[in-house]
This record gives sequence, C-alpha cells and structure tokens, in this order.
Amino acid sequence: MSMTGSQLRHDEAELIKRVRNGEREAFYELVHPYERMIYATAISVVKNAADAEEVAQDAVLKAFSGLANFRGESKFSTWLLQITYNEARMKLKKARPHLYESIDDQQQSEDGDFWPKDFADWRPIPSELLEQNEMRQAVQDAINSLIPVYREVLVLRDLQHLSIKETSTILGISEPNVKTRLHRARLQLRDCLAPGIDGFWIRRRPYRKVRSW
Amino acid sequence: MATIEISCVEVWREISNYLDGDISPELRERMEAHFKACAHCTAVLDGTRNVVGLVGDGRLFQVPDGFSKRLYKKLPNHR
Repeated sequence: MSMTGSQLRHDEAELIKRVRNGEREAFYELVHPYERMIYATAISVVKNAADAEEVAQDAVLKAFSGLANFRGESKFSTWLLQITYNEARMKLKKARPHLYESIDDQQQSEDGDFWPKDFADWRPIPSELLEQNEMRQAVQDAINSLIPVYREVLVLRDLQHLSIKETSTILGISEPNVKTRLHRARLQLRDCLAPGIDGFWIRRRPYRKVRSW
Repeated sequence: MATIEISCVEVWREISNYLDGDISPELRERMEAHFKACAHCTAVLDGTRNVVGLVGDGRLFQVPDGFSKRLYKKLPNHR
C-alpha cells in the first residue's frame, strides 16, 4: 500500500515535532527513508564514495541542528537534499577550487542544441544485464563522464525519480533549465552507451564507447 | 485532418519531454507520426528510453555497507 503525499507530510510533521521535543529516535526515523537519496545526491557531486559519506554525515548533522528552520514550505525530503547538495558543493569547492570555477562557467554556456551522434538501432536491453558488474560500471562511468550540471539533474530526476519542481528547488535553477539539462544529459548518455551498428553490447567493447565530454 | 510534419531536429529537441509526457497532445501526435517514418529518430528515442531505464534501475548503484550506521555519527551525543 502506498502512502499518500499528504499522509506522509502529516507523519513527517509529527516526527519533526517529536525531534524538536528532544526525541532523538524520531530523527532517525525521519531521515531513514532518504538515506539512499542523500548518498546518491552527494556522490553525484563529489564523485567518490569516501567524500560522499562525509558530505552525507555533515548534511545529516546540519539537518538535525537546523530542523527548527524547516518551515514545511517544501517537502522534508526536498529540504534535506538541498542541504546535502549544498554541503557537497562546498566540499568540492574546498577540495578543488579551480574545478569549481569551471563548473560555474559551464552553467553559462548553455546555448545551442545538442545533436545525437549515433543512430544505431538500440532495442530494449534486457534488464538482467544490470546484474553484471561490468554493465553497472559502464553506466556509472558514463554518468560520471557528464559535466556536473548535467549529471546532477540526471541523478535527481532519473535515478532518484524526483519531480521537475523538486529538482529545480534543490539545485536552485529554473524548471525550463532542469528540462534542458536533463535533455542533454540523457542524449549524451545515450551517445556514450549506444551499442555499435552491429548491435554488440559492452561485453565486446568494454568502456571504449564511453567518451568524456 | 492531416498531421503537420515535423523535422528530425525538432523531434530530437523534444525527445526528453516526450518521454516525460511533458508535451502537448498535438506535438505528441506529430512526433509519433514522425517516428513511424524515421528509423534514425526511432533509434534515438529507443536509446534514450533505455538510458532512462538503466539510470532509474535500483540495481545500478549500492550504498556502501554500513553507510546507514555511520551516517549519524556526527550528531551530538550519538550513541
């Protein structure tokens, strides 16, 4: 049985009240459903597991100590991921200030269309392929090869299944901007991962097709 | 009434919105007519749909072992 949005909001509001009254256990209960999302958001920015864990821990601490500031204007999950995302960007800025500047540059150069480069017929792939390590690795490598502003949108929308509105709130960009970036991310990823004209998948050509952009 | 034709370039521009169901019924109809006739655009559509499916598959990545346990360790007085 799936919980309705308003029921979820109500339950979370109750938990938040309990946390504010000093009930620590209620905080664990509140955050628990979003642990995977926190990690996915963090790693989409910092790109390595160790940094992602640290970002996640800092974000959870910030959420805990800042819970009084949560007014319920957005969903709790949106607020939590916004904190995570900001922590991740700060971490990146500290570690690689030079790279961070170049990310900001990228945000400005979004004119022009992106055209697909590969027109090989790509029939639906059997989903069992994802049971294979090399397949998962190839997809992860392809995601990591996207420029950060595209990767972040793709991870929030397609990996975490957040709405356009939630994605726009978390990243602090407009909804049309979310759509444009998502569009490019998807098409670039498709170009990275598309099988050759002969239809051979990655088993025969590990990672060679994964280009960096 | 005949469907107004649409170019490949216009189709590519809208593929992502098409997959999200975020286009007008008129545009959807024009794109579907185009896909029927254009193998290239169908390939791009199928591939993009595949990619969205792959990225959205829960098996794609795993949270590290013990992540959940370590997540709260910075909280004050965490046991």
